[in-house]
This record gives sequence, C-alpha cells and structure tokens, in this order.
Amino acid sequence: MSLEKFLTQSRSSWMNGNGPQSDIVLTSRIRLARNLKNNLFPTIFTPEDAKNVLQQIEDTLPLLTLHPLKDIEILKMEKLQPLHKRVLVEKHLISPNLAEDSSHGACLLTPNEEISIMVNEEDHIRIQCIFPGLQLNEALSLANAVDDQLEQHLEYAFNEVRGYLTSCPTNVGTGLRASVMVHLPGLVMTQQMSQLIPSINQLGLVVRGIYGEGSEALGNIFQISNQVTLGKSEQDIILDLTSVVEQIIEQEKSAREVLAKTSGLQLEDRVYRSLGILTNSRIMESKEAARCLSDVRLGIDMGYIKDIPKSILNELMILTQPGFLQQYAGGQLRPFERDVRRATLIRERLLLGKND
Amino acid sequence: MLCQECQKRPATLHFTKINNGEKTEVHLCEHCAGEKGDFFMFNQSPSLTINSLLAGLFNVQPSFQQEQQNKDYQANELVQCDKCGMTFSQFLKVGRFGCAHCYEVFETQLTPILRRLHGGNWKHSGKIPQRSGGTFHLKKKIDILKETLQTLVVNEEFEKAAEIRDEIRSIEKLMQEGGN
Repeated sequence: MSLEKFLTQSRSSWMNGNGPQSDIVLTSRIRLARNLKNNLFPTIFTPEDAKNVLQQIEDTLPLLTLHPLKDIEILKMEKLQPLHKRVLVEKHLISPNLAEDSSHGACLLTPNEEISIMVNEEDHIRIQCIFPGLQLNEALSLANAVDDQLEQHLEYAFNEVRGYLTSCPTNVGTGLRASVMVHLPGLVMTQQMSQLIPSINQLGLVVRGIYGEGSEALGNIFQISNQVTLGKSEQDIILDLTSVVEQIIEQEKSAREVLAKTSGLQLEDRVYRSLGILTNSRIMESKEAARCLSDVRLGIDMGYIKDIPKSILNELMILTQPGFLQQYAGGQLRPFERDVRRATLIRERLLLGKND
Repeated sequence: MLCQECQKRPATLHFTKINNGEKTEVHLCEHCAGEKGDFFMFNQSPSLTINSLLAGLFNVQPSFQQEQQNKDYQANELVQCDKCGMTFSQFLKVGRFGCAHCYEVFETQLTPILRRLHGGNWKHSGKIPQRSGGTFHLKKKIDILKETLQTLVVNEEFEKAAEIRDEIRSIEKLMQEGGN
C-alpha cells in the first residue's frame, strides 16, 4: 500500500489539527455512559443478554434521523481481525477492554470517526465524540444530540436521585467524562509540570501522561479529564475543565516565551536536531519518536520550522504505534522490524509534508 | 539490549524503579526477573485492578466505629438485589453493579460511597432523559421557573412574573394529566 493511500485511510477528521487553541490542545473528547433499563449490566450479564442488548441497538439504527448518524457503520468485535481492533484502540475509537474482553461487543462508527458508540463495554452504551482543538462544548452538543436520538428508541436506566445509572459508581450521574489532550513541552522543559499536576488534581480533575506509563508522558502529551460525574451539570463540568485548560494554555505559552527569550538558540538547536533524527534515522523506538515529534511540533508552533504541517505530531503519534505499523506493513512485525518500519514511515511522511 | 544480570539473554522486561525520588532503570530477561524477587511481585498480583482498589475504598471503616455499627454493616452486606442477585458484599468486591435495580436496593449504603467518590455529591443535577425521565423532567422545569418567578417578583417585574406563573400552571396541569 502506498503511504498516501494508507494515510487517507487512516486519518480521522480530528487528526487534521485544525481547531481553536490547536497549537496546544490536540483533541477534545466527550464520553457519555448509558445503560438499558431492563437488561443486566455487562458486569454480570450472560452472552444472551449481551446479544439482546446489541440486537436492540442494531434495531434502532435504521430509525436514526440525526444527520451525522445516517451513515454509521457497525463493527462487531467478534468479526474483526485482532490487528484491525488494535488499530481502532490506537486511534482511541474503542477501548482495549472492548477489543479483548467484551461479549457481543461492537462499535458504531461514523465515516469521519467523529462519533463512535461502544456497545457492551463496561456499560451497554458509551457515546464518544472527538473534536480537534479545544471544542468541548461542540463535542458535548454532538454527544447530547446522539444521546437524545438513541433515547427516543431505547429505555435508559435513569434514576431521579442518582441520574444515569452506570456499572461503576465512579461514572454515575451524568455518565460524562470530558477530556482534552494537551501538548505541554514548555511546562515540562521548565519543570513546572510536576508542581502543576497536584494542583490540578485538587480541582477534581485528573492528569495523565498518555502514550506512557506513570508520571512520564511520552511526547509531552497529557490528558486532563474530570473525575466527578455526579452532582454537577454537564455544562458545569465542561466549564470547569475548560477554564482550567485555558489557564494551562496560558502557562504553557508563557513557558514557551521564556524559553525562546532565555535559551532561544538552544531551543532551536534541539528542534532541528530532532528533525534531523526524524528525517534520517533508519531504526527508531517509539519513545525516541515521541520525543522528537514533540520537539518538531514545538518548532512548528514557535515558527522555527515552516514547511511541515502541524498536524504531524497528532498524526504520527498515532500512526507509528505497533498496530498501525503492522497494518501498513500488511502483517505481523517483530519489535525490531517495527522500529525499522517506524523510521521509514516517519521519513516518508516528512518528505510528503514538504510537498503539501 | 542484553539482560543486565546475566549479560547473555536479551532483556525483555524493563522497569523504572523510583525509590525515594531516585530513579533507576532496570532491564532484565524473564529468567533473571524471576530470580529477582522484588520485581517478580508484579506478576504475582495480576488481580490488582482499578476495581479492587475501588473496593478497598468502599470498605474503609473509620476506626472509632463501634461494635453495634459493625453488626449493622455486616447485615448490610447481606442485602441482595432481587433482580440480578448481586449482594452488597459482592458489589464491594467487584466495585460494579449488576443492574439498574441495584441502585435502589443498595440506596442507603450507597450515599456515603458516592459522596466519597464524587467530592461530597450524592444527588444528580445534570441532564434528564426526555422519555425515561418521565414527569421528573417537568418537575425540574417547574423548579427553574419558580426560581425565575422569585427573582421577577423581587425585581417587581410583575407582567413577566404573571407569564411565568401561567406557564408553571400549565405544566402542572400537564403533569396531572400525565399522572392519570
């Protein structure tokens, strides 16, 4: 498969990187957890229950009139190849749980991949909307519209006191998890992130490094999301998260300014060294790729590099994961082969970028 | 990369160990990792999941609690959902409910748990589904309208207030009809 073809097939609309504050915020995501009133929760349901849930949802599909849902496609987990599932996980469209453990699990996906609905994961229904940049409100309105539409045909588990009932009590109430993916190289380089994380936690929000374990965030990408789902309205949850994110954006911007002022040449050097590694390497581990991609993205944001589109970080962070590499290669790859593939893919992509 | 212990086999397990803020990276092959006890412990507790951590959180019993309360607590654990058969103690173990009805059956035990998880909150104040929400939707709307009415009266905007009052009445009428 040619790289161009692979890219067009693999790109999701939210990877294009155009959105408000998209120099720092990569994506905004909304997830709503819903369950059907009369079926047991996935915690203990039998395969028959699971099948019944999936059937009910399949039956509603032809009835959906909301425009973006018209061409929604149903992907049943049992029918997918393991590699295909892995790619969906790497794109954050489905969870590893749905891919591996679910009984009659499925994913409903719109062609632009803006909306994905997981069926029979931890809850019967999980509606997810992903937008590029800081667009939590937009994502919430879309998720709400999808939710309303489904609710016209399905009987939800809802309780006046507790709200939307979920398998896990950590999601009850609104069932809403709002999260933003932010690229914070400035705060990491100036070593402010370790102080910032505890104070964000105190505000009832969770910060995690993504594509990495523990406190170490690969590619300086962090995910910030709400913890509390009960007792606050959806709008308030979004508002709180947005205002914290806006402050983090400001801090990141001033960190970048300080870096440019005090050690501009060193920063430029670092950016171009990373670009050199990306354009010339023959073997590349994911950790190194993430680090260099982060530097290059920063270089684009700061205006050092002009001929590379800024969606590069978003896109390559996802496309250089093992599942994608193997899909591109058309088969299983050993870790070393992946590192070679990764280096090739990045080199070729950067060459394409210059022609854009 | 070779295993740093035996220097023979390739390292397949990579650990970052943080001890008193000091970070050490360790690269071992499976064989040597098995021999090094302190790393092996990861493999021995695969069941330490988020849910078992949650279950631990629910189980926290303040130390000052008296015998009698403990007995009540034990009785609580035997409460069983008549729809899915899950007992409260099972719920504490898995950290997840079996069905929507569990929320009603475990209602009294649940409030303190939810408060702990949701920063003191135990009551929903967000979206209400159009259909499944039933008349609750209308009740909520009346509450909001009543608040608006109050402000209008305080501000002496009586004409608008009368409109709101009529709206409340018509909704109340609608609810009664729905109820019958």
